[in-house]
Amino acid sequence: MSDSTSNIISTILGGLGATVYATVGGIALTIVLAFLAGLAMLSRSRTVRFISRVYVEGFRGTSEVVQLFWLYFVLPALVGFKLVPLFAGIVVLGLNHGAYGAEIVRGAVQSVPPAQREGAVALSFSPAQRMFRVILPQAVVEMLPPFNNLFIQLMKSTALLYFISAGEITEKGELLRPVYGSQLVLIYGVELLCYLAIAVIITIVMRVLERVLSRRLGRAAPKRQNVWARAGAA
Amino acid sequence: MEWNWSYVWESIPLLLKGLLVTVELTLLGSAVAYVLGLVLALLRRARIPVLSQLVYLFIEVVRSTPLLIQVFFIFYLLWPALGITPSAFLTGVLALGIHYATYTSEVYRAGIDAIPKGQWEAATALSLPRSRVWTGIILPQAVPRLLPALGNYMISMFKETPLLLSIGVLEVLNRAKEQGAATFQVIEPYTLAGILFLLISYPSSILVRRLERRVGQL
Repeated sequence: MSDSTSNIISTILGGLGATVYATVGGIALTIVLAFLAGLAMLSRSRTVRFISRVYVEGFRGTSEVVQLFWLYFVLPALVGFKLVPLFAGIVVLGLNHGAYGAEIVRGAVQSVPPAQREGAVALSFSPAQRMFRVILPQAVVEMLPPFNNLFIQLMKSTALLYFISAGEITEKGELLRPVYGSQLVLIYGVELLCYLAIAVIITIVMRVLERVLSRRLGRAAPKRQNVWARAGAA
Repeated sequence: MEWNWSYVWESIPLLLKGLLVTVELTLLGSAVAYVLGLVLALLRRARIPVLSQLVYLFIEVVRSTPLLIQVFFIFYLLWPALGITPSAFLTGVLALGIHYATYTSEVYRAGIDAIPKGQWEAATALSLPRSRVWTGIILPQAVPRLLPALGNYMISMFKETPLLLSIGVLEVLNRAKEQGAATFQVIEPYTLAGILFLLISYPSSILVRRLERRVGQL
């Protein structure tokens, strides 16, 4: 391998850490916010429903890049301190995808057959027991395929952190471009392979989770599929 | 720093100019995505051995990798390799169109698969030519049901256009950035950019939801 080739590959792989951090951190925040806002949208209190609606529509309605610019460039002007780029990125990725995830959680909880709820009432379960022992275990299995799509969407969005110089793959590649202009095929090729690999890993993890959780519910495990074939459209 | 209303009124004309570019990008990009998506869906169905697998691979690779890199790829690699220099705007339309075509192709595929088998059999019984089966029977039934999904992708595309500021397209966010750089006041232009997005995408998604309900009753 020539010097420039190994230099290109090692520089881009140097950004892999930041990309993985942003992806994992973003996914963790997404899960927390999606459950909070999704369950809040089903609350009996009008105020709680209203607040979660505002969060969901606000973050789904404005562009993700605009949110990133706002948090990174406007917030410092308002509060006087700047967030570390990678941290700011994780916050925006989580807030944005959490809003989309909230609809997934709400839809999945609503799709649990009403008889299940009635059965839990008949067994005089408390509302918390009803939710955590009966409704959610069934709803979570339904959420996994759409969450798989959402997480891959999130992983792709980490490329936007290029705009705030968080040191991830895309930024590394763009720093190499002026120097290694004749080797763009290699630069973009390595970047694409990194993203593809993460996407495949996310899909594999979600598939395994789906099999494990549906077996626990005593349901037939979903059929084995090609890892490339994600369920449904995003 | 404080919110300055006179600066807001000053910034609005410039941002609206950017919004027009954003809307143009979205409409042209969607047109590409809708046509190319149908082509991809039909190519995948066609029983041409290697081609349908290649189309499948193309769809999955484009869907699983960031749009931003695809923009860079076309702008810095593809155009120079072809020896042409189209504008950044055209690059944006093409990149958005190709990226979203991989999503719309899945929408078409699901819609075509949902057409009952009897319709195909009836067409065969009438010995209609293949092209007539598609244009006269299958697509007219499939497409109306797909409109909500296609509309949703147009809204997502609208919200992704700001990343084209990376190659210098003067859309809303880039105009806001320009304004901020000129005056060192970033709060108002960036906030306005967000509000402009909300003002268009929220009503649009309500319209799509209404369309969804109507299609559900078909």
